[in-house]
Amino acid sequence: MTFSFQAAVAGRGFDVALTVGPEETLAVMGPNGAGKSTLLASIAGLLKPDSGRAELDGRTLFHLDPKQHAWVPPHHRGTVLLAQEPLLFPHLTALENVAFGPRSGGTPKHLANSRAMHWLAEVEAADLADRRPAELSGGQAQRVAVARALAADPALLLLDEPLAALDIHSAPLLRRLLKRVLAGRQAIIVTHDVLDALMLADRVAVLEGGRIVEAGPTRTVLERPRSSFAAGLAGLNFVPGTMTGTGIRAGRGREISGHLEEPGDAGGNNRPGVAVFPPSAVSVFLTDAHGSPRNSFPVSITDLEPHGDLIRVRAGGLAADITPAASADLGLVPGMTVHFVVKAAAVSVYGT
Amino acid sequence: MRGMKARAAYTGVPGWLYALAVVAALVVVLPLLAIVARVNWANFLPMVTSEPALSALGLSLRTSAASTALCIVLGVPLALVLARGRFPLQGLLRSLVLLPLVLPPVVGGIALLYTFGRQGLLGGALEVLGLQIAFSTTAVVLAQTFVALPFLVVSLEGALRTGGSRYEAVAATLGAPPRVVFRRVTLPLILPGLASGAVLAFARSLGEFGATLTFAGSLQGVTRTLPLEIYLQRETDPDAAVALSLVLVAVAVAVVALAYGRPAGGRTAGQVSGKRTTAPAPAGGNVP
Amino acid sequence: MLAAAALTLGLAGCAGNASPGDDTGEGTLTVFAAASLTSSFSELAEMFEAQHPGTDVTVSFAGSSDLATQISQGAPADVFASADTRNMDKLGDAGLLQGEPRIFATNTLAIAVPTGNPAGINSFADLARAGTRLVTCARQVPCGAAAAALSQQHGTGLSPVSEENSVTDVLGKVISGEADAGLVYVTDVRSAGDRVESVPFPEAAGAVNTYPIAVLAGSRNTTTAGAFMDLVAGPEGRQVLAQAGFGPATQ
Repeated sequence: MTFSFQAAVAGRGFDVALTVGPEETLAVMGPNGAGKSTLLASIAGLLKPDSGRAELDGRTLFHLDPKQHAWVPPHHRGTVLLAQEPLLFPHLTALENVAFGPRSGGTPKHLANSRAMHWLAEVEAADLADRRPAELSGGQAQRVAVARALAADPALLLLDEPLAALDIHSAPLLRRLLKRVLAGRQAIIVTHDVLDALMLADRVAVLEGGRIVEAGPTRTVLERPRSSFAAGLAGLNFVPGTMTGTGIRAGRGREISGHLEEPGDAGGNNRPGVAVFPPSAVSVFLTDAHGSPRNSFPVSITDLEPHGDLIRVRAGGLAADITPAASADLGLVPGMTVHFVVKAAAVSVYGT
Repeated sequence: MRGMKARAAYTGVPGWLYALAVVAALVVVLPLLAIVARVNWANFLPMVTSEPALSALGLSLRTSAASTALCIVLGVPLALVLARGRFPLQGLLRSLVLLPLVLPPVVGGIALLYTFGRQGLLGGALEVLGLQIAFSTTAVVLAQTFVALPFLVVSLEGALRTGGSRYEAVAATLGAPPRVVFRRVTLPLILPGLASGAVLAFARSLGEFGATLTFAGSLQGVTRTLPLEIYLQRETDPDAAVALSLVLVAVAVAVVALAYGRPAGGRTAGQVSGKRTTAPAPAGGNVP
Repeated sequence: MLAAAALTLGLAGCAGNASPGDDTGEGTLTVFAAASLTSSFSELAEMFEAQHPGTDVTVSFAGSSDLATQISQGAPADVFASADTRNMDKLGDAGLLQGEPRIFATNTLAIAVPTGNPAGINSFADLARAGTRLVTCARQVPCGAAAAALSQQHGTGLSPVSEENSVTDVLGKVISGEADAGLVYVTDVRSAGDRVESVPFPEAAGAVNTYPIAVLAGSRNTTTAGAFMDLVAGPEGRQVLAQAGFGPATQ
C-alpha cells in the first residue's frame, strides 16, 4: 500500500524520487518554482515526465524509460487533485459536484447522490447541497471541493495549497477539517505554511530547484533543518560551511563556534555542516565585543522590520530579534555596520 | 461590478474622442437609416410577402439553420483541437481556418467551385456517387458553412483558451474518462460561447452572397437566397430591393441583439479573466 | 494604353479648357455604356479622340440598369448607351434625355457550350432535354427576358438550373464546365474567344435585343455628345460593332 515515485523532466530541471507510506501524509514544501506543481501534475497524470516510474498500491502509474512506455491516464489513477481554488463545476450544484466522481466511475445516480450527501455532511456542508458554486463563499466552496475529492474515493489524495486562497477566518476551519479527513489516509500536500506541515503532515520533503534537498519527520526537519529553506520555515538562522571540530567554517572566513549535536564530529573532519541558531539568541552591538565563548560578526544592516513585539534586524544574511527600545538606543538604520553577537552555546552545529 | 461601472464619475475618455466616436457610429448607422428612409411603405407589405420574396426568405432561413448546424458539428471539434490539442503546424492550420474571414466571398465561391464543382477536386468522385453539388441547395449550405465556420471557431476557441483546461483536469483526476469530461464539463462550460458563436455563424450565413452567387447559382426556391433576391430585384424593382433589404436588416438586428445583448456575465465562458476566479461565468449567474 | 492616352488627353483638355461649361467640341465627354459594349466602345472612344484632338472620352461600363439608376441619382454623364429600351425609356419618362434615343445596334441570343460540347447540344430544343444543365439570365435582366420570350414562342419549356443576374455570370458557369449550356448574346460568345463554343439556332431571330443611345439632359457638352453619337451610329461605328458580333440597327 505504498506510493513510490521517481521522475525527471529535463526541460524544468526536475528530478525527484519519493515514497509515501500507507496512511501517511507527506508535506511538500519549497520556494516558488521549485517543482511542486510539476510533482503533483506528474503524479496525477496531467504531465508526462521524460523518464521515471511510479507505483501506487502495486499498480504502475507510469513507467517511462527508453525500453518501456507505460502510461495510465489521469482518470484511471485514483489520484484526486484538490487545488488552491475549489474549481467546482459552475453549472452543477454542490451535490452534483460531489457526486461527479462516483458517477464518472459508473455508480448509478441515486447511489452517487447519497454518497455525495454523506461527504457533504462530513465536511459540514449538507445544507449547501442545492447551491450553485456562484452562491458559495470561498470557504464553503473549498469545503465542497474537499467533499468532492473524498467522494471520488482516492487511493492517493493530492492537495495543492488547499488553504492558500482562503481568508484568515476560513482557513483554520478547513485546516481542522483536513486534519480530520486526512487521518489514516495516503496524501501529499503542497504547502507554504509551516502550520499545515505541523498539523497535517507526518513527514516533510523540501523541494528546491527541482530536487528534494531535505526530507524527514516534520519535527526533525523543523528542529534541525538541513536546508536554508527549511531553516527559514522554522525561523532559524542558517549558516552552511565545513565542520571544524568546534563549529563551522563558513564563507568569507567566518568562523562560528557552537554546540556539536553529534559527538562523532568533534574531530573536525571538514565534512559539510551547518550552524543553526534562533534570531532571539543574537545580540546587536555597535562595537566588536570579543570574549569567548562568543561569536561576533561585523555586518551591514539591510532591513529593519517589526516581528511580533520585537524588531527583526536583517544583516549579512542573518537575523537578530531585539527590543524596540534597544533598537532606538543603538540608533539602528539600514546601511549601518554593527556586530551580531551570539553565544556559542546557543548555536547548534551538525553535519549535512 | 456592473453597478460600479454605472456610478463611476470618471471615465478617462478625452472629450474629443466622443466627436470621432459619433462619426464612427454614424458611418454604420446612417446607411441603415437611409434604407429605412427609402422604404416605400405603401407597398411594403405586398413587396415583402410576394411569392419570390417569401420563397427567398424561407430558403435563407432553412439554409442558414442547416449551415449553422453543420458549423456546430464541425466547428466544436475544430475549436477544441485548435485550443487544446498539440500537433505540428497547429498555428498554420489556425491561420488557414480563419482565412474565409478576410477572403472576398467571390474568391470563396471560386475556391468551392474548384473543389466541389464538376471539374473540381472532388467533383469526379461526387459525380460517381451520384451527387451533384453545383446549382443545388447543398451548394448554398456549403458556401454558407465555408464563410460562417471561422466565426464559430474563433468565438469558441477564445472561450476555450481563456477558460483554460483546469476544470477538465480536475474532472479527469476525479475519474472521468475523456468522453464524460467532454459531455459533462467542457460542453456545458463553453455553451455560452457556443451560443453566441452559433448566432454569429447564423447571421453570417444569412448574409452570405458572393460565394453563393459564384458557386451555387441563383434559382428561386433552390439557390436564390434573400441577398440574391435583393440583388436581382435591384435590376427591375429598386423599391422591392429596399423593402427586402430592410427585412434582412431587421433579422440581422435581432440576431446581433441575441448574441450581444445579453447581460455581460453570461456572455462567454472566456469573459472572466484573472487567476483566482472560481467559475467562468458566475457574475450573471445565468449559465444555462 | 487607352488609359494612358486618356490621361494625357485629359491633362491637355484641362489646360486648354478652364471652364468645363463651354460647348466648343473640346473637353471631356463622359459616356455610360452597357457592359456588353466594353470592347467596341473602348475602340470607338479612342477613334473619337483621334478624330477630335483635345477631347477626352471617359467611358464607364456597367449593367444597363445600374447605369440608369446612377444617372437618375444625378451621376454626371453626357451619353448613355443601353443594352435595352426599357432602361432608356425609364430615363426618358423621367425627363433625363435630350431628344429621342437612336437605335444603333442589335444583339441576338446564342447557345454557349463548354469546349467540346460534352452534353451534345445541337439545337434550341436540346436545351429542354431532361438532365441538361442549362443556365440563363433571370427574367429581370434583358438577356433573361429574351430567353423567356423564345421559350414561350417555341413552347420548349426551358427549366434552367440557375437564373443568373448577368450574362457574365452565365458565361462563367459555361466556361467552368458547371453548366452544359448557357443562353447568352452572340457578342458574349465572340468575346469569350475559344473558351466556349457557340451553337447557332434560327429561333434566336424571334427575340432581338435593340441597343439605344441618347444624349442626357444633364450634358453640358451636347455638340461633342452628338458627334460621338454620330460616330457610333455611322458607318465606322457599324463596322466596329459588327466585328464584335452586333447586328445592324433594324429600326
